[in-house]
Amino acid sequence: MTLSVDLAHYMAVSGLVFGIGVTVALGKRNAIAVLMGIELMLNAVNLLLIAFARFGEAFAGAGEAIAGHTFVVFVLTVAAAEAAVVLAMAVLVYRRRETVELDRINLMRW
Amino acid sequence: MESIGIIVAFWALAVTTVGAALGVLVSRNLLHAIFFLITSFLGMAGLFITLSADFIAAAQVLIYAGAISVLLVFAMMLTPLASRDNANSLYLAPGALAGLGLAAIVGFVAVDTPWAELAGSTLAERSFPDTVRTIGAQLIGRYVLAFELASVLLLFALIGAVVLVHDRAAERGAAAAAEEAGTGPREEAT
Repeated sequence: MTLSVDLAHYMAVSGLVFGIGVTVALGKRNAIAVLMGIELMLNAVNLLLIAFARFGEAFAGAGEAIAGHTFVVFVLTVAAAEAAVVLAMAVLVYRRRETVELDRINLMRW
Repeated sequence: MESIGIIVAFWALAVTTVGAALGVLVSRNLLHAIFFLITSFLGMAGLFITLSADFIAAAQVLIYAGAISVLLVFAMMLTPLASRDNANSLYLAPGALAGLGLAAIVGFVAVDTPWAELAGSTLAERSFPDTVRTIGAQLIGRYVLAFELASVLLLFALIGAVVLVHDRAAERGAAAAAEEAGTGPREEAT
């Protein structure tokens, strides 16, 4: 194995962080912890986009110099908006139910 | 990437990022989990720097490690009676299975695909003279519609968050108390 860092290394890190994010988002009871898992997943996707923008010169068109970076800017925007709304919803649910644990929020259970 | 410094930096940052993400999963305290998450965000910003994405790294530190983590801490402190033990739900095992599967798929694709052939001669290093200028030109050039939509989305998220947590009952109570005392604003507090 040659001693260098390639696209595959970044993909492996991204896959690991995404997998941990999926596990956190599905396996945690607290709504805030679930949101943390979602943020981890978004971060992993950002890393993959940046890595492809860096290494994948041949994949991009001629005029698309670093379109991956621009896409990451949009992902950051959406992540910020999503975090604000989700945390507002968590506070709202807490005000009515005094809990943010997802398996105790069962008002719609028959 | 020939220089030894960037290899050392990559491995250190990769271990930091993945280890801190694991810490989010296993820590038994929600506040500790948030701090592990901030560590993971900062390690990810370092990985962005090793990919010469300077603007994105700065934005990552500002937005994720700065703003979103503060929002998370605020939300945790505003829910004081909720449990803080970062407990797992019944879906931990299926979730871990799904996460492992996804990580395995991405790892398999990373290892199995001949990236060097697909990308031409080699995965060559590429110089980014001015990422900020290029990103700005793309944002107000080719992707201007998405840019405008993102700003509208941010505005609506702001308004939505304010409307959601606005406590109408408490405001009515305060207005009624003020009216009873005879000092409150009568017309404004409806």
